[in-house]
Amino acid sequence: MKLLGLFNYWVFAVLLMIGLAALISRQNLVKKIMALAIFQSAVFLFFITMSKIENGTAPIIQAGVDNQVFSNPLPQVLILTAIVVGISTTALGLAIAVRLYEEYGTIEDNEILAMDRKP
Amino acid sequence: MNLADHLPALQVALPLLTAPLVILLRTGFLAWLAALLASLVSLGLALLLTAAVLETGTQHYAVGGWAPPFGIALTVDGLSALVLLLITGASSLALAGGRQSLRLDIDNRRAPMFYGAWLIAMAGLCGIAVAGDAFNVFVFMEISSLATYILIAAGRDRRALSAVFKYLIIGTIGATFYLIGVGFIYMMTGTLNFADMALRLNDVIETRPIIIAAGFITIGLALKAAIFPLHIWLPRAYTYAPNAVTVFIAACSTKVSIYILLRFNYAVFHGNLLGHSDLFAVFIIPLALSGILLASAIAIYQVNLKKMLAFSSVAQIGYIALAAGLASQAGLVAALLHMFNHALAKGTLFLCVVAFVLTSRSATIANLHGIGRRMPWTMAAFVLAALSLVGVPGTAGFISKWYLVTAVMEVPGWGVPLVVAIIASSLMAVVYVWKFVEVAYYGKAPGDDTAAMEVALPLRALIWVAALSNVYFGLFPQLPLALAQSGTSTLLGGLN
Amino acid sequence: MTTLLIGIFLLSLLVITAIAIVRATDLFSAVMLSGIFSLLMALNFFLLDAADVALTEAAVGAGVATVLLLAGLRLTPSTEAKGRSLRALSIGIIAAVALLMIYASFGQPSLGDPLAPAQQHVAPWYIEKTPELVDIPNIVTAVLASFRGYDTLGEVFVVLTAGIGVMFLLGGGRGKPFSRLDSKVEEGLSRHLIPKVMARLLVPFILLFALFVQFHGEYSPGGGFQAGAIFVAGIILFSLVRGERLTLAVIPPRVLLWMSAGGALLYGSVGLAGIAMGGNFLEYSVLADDPVLGQHIGIIVIELGVGLTVTGVLLSIFHAFAARD
Repeated sequence: MKLLGLFNYWVFAVLLMIGLAALISRQNLVKKIMALAIFQSAVFLFFITMSKIENGTAPIIQAGVDNQVFSNPLPQVLILTAIVVGISTTALGLAIAVRLYEEYGTIEDNEILAMDRKP
Repeated sequence: MNLADHLPALQVALPLLTAPLVILLRTGFLAWLAALLASLVSLGLALLLTAAVLETGTQHYAVGGWAPPFGIALTVDGLSALVLLLITGASSLALAGGRQSLRLDIDNRRAPMFYGAWLIAMAGLCGIAVAGDAFNVFVFMEISSLATYILIAAGRDRRALSAVFKYLIIGTIGATFYLIGVGFIYMMTGTLNFADMALRLNDVIETRPIIIAAGFITIGLALKAAIFPLHIWLPRAYTYAPNAVTVFIAACSTKVSIYILLRFNYAVFHGNLLGHSDLFAVFIIPLALSGILLASAIAIYQVNLKKMLAFSSVAQIGYIALAAGLASQAGLVAALLHMFNHALAKGTLFLCVVAFVLTSRSATIANLHGIGRRMPWTMAAFVLAALSLVGVPGTAGFISKWYLVTAVMEVPGWGVPLVVAIIASSLMAVVYVWKFVEVAYYGKAPGDDTAAMEVALPLRALIWVAALSNVYFGLFPQLPLALAQSGTSTLLGGLN
Repeated sequence: MTTLLIGIFLLSLLVITAIAIVRATDLFSAVMLSGIFSLLMALNFFLLDAADVALTEAAVGAGVATVLLLAGLRLTPSTEAKGRSLRALSIGIIAAVALLMIYASFGQPSLGDPLAPAQQHVAPWYIEKTPELVDIPNIVTAVLASFRGYDTLGEVFVVLTAGIGVMFLLGGGRGKPFSRLDSKVEEGLSRHLIPKVMARLLVPFILLFALFVQFHGEYSPGGGFQAGAIFVAGIILFSLVRGERLTLAVIPPRVLLWMSAGGALLYGSVGLAGIAMGGNFLEYSVLADDPVLGQHIGIIVIELGVGLTVTGVLLSIFHAFAARD
């Protein structure tokens, strides 16, 4: 039971590393942006896992119901903000990728690098 | 409650709320003017805050009226005040001196967006400096990073785009690492407030997650602070950004990451994790040393003036990291002083680059031959700031190098080799600076043109104000020293 | 126990989807897989009692992000060249970090442990005090909008910054880029009967739902951000069917810019109003004689600001991408 309860954290670690590995190995800029999204999602999972309390419910008070156990609202609030930050980064990254394609004619990182090296 | 009590909040809110107004403006000139005014007012607020800190000690503010740790606290101590002065000062200097250069770089139609992003970047950095809450730091880190990406992407060279994409990826990884670290700490302490964290970490029996947290936070912030060898994004970003933007970010943005790194490692971990400072030193000092030596060596071989100065920045960040890694009173004072003094010198140097590029349209050293004879005023200011960078007595750079050497000498057994490394790196700084100064004064101008081509008087005057401040703070270092000492005592407060 | 097992099943799917995203060389499939990834993530959040986060992840991850990625792919090649394989050193480092994190997990409190430190200190205070101090049922909204309202102000500015960035890089905001945008997607899908009818039926309900999420956020999951994202989804559906041009006639770019800036300013001025009325920055309690009423006013106004900025920015971003050829 104790081990199963840690499964979420292992998935967090694995997703994080999948994202990181993809960020390093993929050359395509759009793919890098998707990898970045996976990388960030892993952290969302981490925080939300932390907020769960056994037999708890979403932290919304219902009238007339007493003795409810609420899961922790704070990590949820943090992740709401982090999701917004993530999508903003994605949007800006995509805009840069589009501009890069217009300037270089490719969105493969290694080809761009090769063109940069040429004077 | 009078308005002075709201200074910590206004320091952030004022530039932040000016930004949406700026993007609604219709001309580049008005947007620039609004941004400059907001920046100058922020500088004024920072000076008021500094005075308040020196007079009455650390300033606390509870946003929303909710007492910490439930609400978000703002805390301004000597260290925050020092960083605030750097941010607002660098922004004002770059905006005031960069008008002409920015007008060439950014077309009038897009300029309001650009200046809006500028103000948001500045407000974000100020937000980090006043924050007393770990998650709040993350939010403002992202605000300032996203805005900084926009500023760099405005560079005219297409390589600015590829540089900024790399910066975006690395910056986001750094910020996410930081967030993971904060998550681990929250998991074990249940709080996000820095002061509260330091208290509650004491009671944590199981420290495995905390050590992991310290690792994530340190590496994440080292990425953002461009500590060698995590600096790979920095040289290209500095080089291809618009010149005026380089003045701004080179003077303050990496310093803010170092600021938060110090805050976490000293104010939060230092007193709580057994042997943490040793671990931190073991991690950071070798990196700092290799940064100091290798980056200085790489700087010698650069053909682009901006890139040379960028690699020099990596080396200077190494000095700050080295001093901070010593984990001693003297070391921290040296680190904080060097943050301030290096910003002065680099700000001035990059402002001179703005002037050079305005007249000769290139930052490649080969195209700047003879520039010293054609622009004697600007070049003289460049030399003055370069002397401070090297650490010649009488300049600000000397003061911090002196403190650094004193602090290093205290390290048992390693004092002498460390001093040798510092001296070797300073000599390399002499070499790369001299390489440029030599061709600037004695090189043959392209096409044998020797006609004077100084920039307009206001910019020249500003450059000289900046250059003379290097001398002023070299002769009268009381203000930065007082702030550094007060910052050090709050950082090490966890120890006593 | 059942929940736990369902959770484990969903999480395993999540990992498989992530690997599939990384391995797909057709970027369109990768985008679709990303959408699935976000939906799975949202389901997980829902199982973990995070209703607000689940709603946001579904609206943002599966909705907005997918649309943005597709808009980006329209302008860039949609197949990926062969990636470089990882060097042994990188694999080693990555595996080591993963193992280290798994090792650390044995020192962490288990999932759902009510005695974990994270559930002790600050969190119970929010749950206990919200009815008394803010008096709205949704505690997440109370923390988001009031106790940690300063973070949310920052969040609005992150969104605004992204908007500024996209408009700066891809043009937009005003003038030329938007007017360049005619002919091509002029008619949208309006010649096709089924999408046309479906959209006619759906769009009003989507917009209505967005307004519900906006103004009911104090009582049920939702709030300005989710509402903005849903509203934008409705408008984008409309523009897919009826064409960009008509959409821009309904909401011109200039208006979008004013919405983006206005929402952020509205939020900020609530903060400054707090100072003007004798409280701290973003202190809503002083906005009315009764502190709880003040909290209500403050939360409604700032949520409106969030909704305005998010709608304005997301639509500007969408148009900026669509206007590019």
